[in-house]
Amino acid sequence: MARELERRLREIQDDMLILGSMAEKAIQKAMEALRSRDLALSREVVAEDEAINAKRYEIEEKCIHTMATQQPMAADLRTLVAILTITSQLERIGDHAEGIGRISLMVGHDALPRPLGEMPDMAGVGLDMLRRSLTAFVQRDADEARRLCDVDDQVDAMYTRVCAELIQHMIRNPEDITRSTYLLWTAHNLERIADRVTNICERIIFMVTGRLEEINVSRY
Amino acid sequence: MAVGFHTQRQNPIMGYEMHSGRGPQAPISEADALAGGVVVRRLDAWYGSFQALRGVDLLVAPNRITAVIGPSGCGKSTLIRCLNRMHEVVPRARVTGEVLLRGEDIYAPGVDAVVVRRRVGMVFQKPNPFPTMSVFDNVAAGLRLNGFMVRRGQTVETVEKSLRQAALWDEVKDKLSRPATELSGGQQQRLCIARALAVEPEVVLMDEPCSALDPVATLKIEELMRALAKEYTIVIVTHNMQQAARVSVHTAVMMMAEDRAGEMIEFGPTEEIFTKPRDKRTEDYITGRFG
Repeated sequence: MARELERRLREIQDDMLILGSMAEKAIQKAMEALRSRDLALSREVVAEDEAINAKRYEIEEKCIHTMATQQPMAADLRTLVAILTITSQLERIGDHAEGIGRISLMVGHDALPRPLGEMPDMAGVGLDMLRRSLTAFVQRDADEARRLCDVDDQVDAMYTRVCAELIQHMIRNPEDITRSTYLLWTAHNLERIADRVTNICERIIFMVTGRLEEINVSRY
Repeated sequence: MAVGFHTQRQNPIMGYEMHSGRGPQAPISEADALAGGVVVRRLDAWYGSFQALRGVDLLVAPNRITAVIGPSGCGKSTLIRCLNRMHEVVPRARVTGEVLLRGEDIYAPGVDAVVVRRRVGMVFQKPNPFPTMSVFDNVAAGLRLNGFMVRRGQTVETVEKSLRQAALWDEVKDKLSRPATELSGGQQQRLCIARALAVEPEVVLMDEPCSALDPVATLKIEELMRALAKEYTIVIVTHNMQQAARVSVHTAVMMMAEDRAGEMIEFGPTEEIFTKPRDKRTEDYITGRFG
């Protein structure tokens, strides 16, 4: 029969994976709503952030109760501490989705000032990093977590190009500055997703090895 | 772009700077243990033909609390009983190896076991005050039993000092002549600690000192241990891993080999043992997956 602590750890890990999937879906939805100018969908993304926040607090509470009642040690303790940080990062990814949703609502019924360019790719790479990081968590794979941190550089490079293009656009079209600024914010939200995944990876490495390492500090 | 291992924070507890009041967390050096603590080298202990300990090496840092943990029957109590030559009072028990107290081998020819036990005091699992004696006499008995010939006034002074050190004085100063058995379990245990302190030992060994106490009395003893560590070197055997984690600076983990002889499998700073043990058996034991 599984010990109570093991049962709780499994349950908390499952909850964390659910939270990860909620954050992932939120980003996908937010980008789709922005691209297709679907304001109802954007409003949905903004409203659904509450459920992501609630899930984060539910997981935190379970971690605290487990620490208080089961006195986890060593790898179990590191797992719970890692989950506490990871859930806050996942919740912040949800906030980035909400941010993109709000930007879409600010653009309103107007068309986007220019195509999203590499921004869907930034979202795609960030979300792929997120999925792979959660798999690395489940598989306790510190090497994969280290590899993923390097992928952040790709997102940073895309962000640099997107910003340059938008700034060029604003210089050429001063009447578009306000709406272009909205897109700059969108790109920034997307760039931060990869940073959050890097933080998640640092905690996976900690969970597996016991070492706290700051890996691949983002340029931004 | 900054890539790779930028900074490495490998702090004692989970990477955050902690000021636990427990002193430096660095692994103990043999020189420190030789100068002011206890060094155990290649210690073997037997009860008749049964080998209870095999090849134990241990460094006990001066003025620190060292915890010995491990499953039942792994030789924890035997080990600390070897540190003050209590092991040899068991018929057919014997010891080989070295136990150096401040650099002197307590098993060297010519060393008086009684003197060793005065220098290395012991507190047992169950409070064991002398039942027919008063609170005062229980502490004074520590002096008398160890051959301290002292004046009455000096005895009074030592009893008060010991009771104060054991954080018991305020609770018993008005009932020094009452039978010790009238005290609560926690008070009786602190009385036994006072009795051990009366002879001013250098090391205090504690064998499961809180196993018979409730959580409040346990916390008092733990606070007391921390206070005593300023003046004494303390070695505690405990089944309670949370207690070991709470009070000790260094932790030794013992395990039984296939022939049931106790061996030391890991020794290091407590915070590392409980967060990132090196030995898989330690990990299994402290996470409750042992066996």
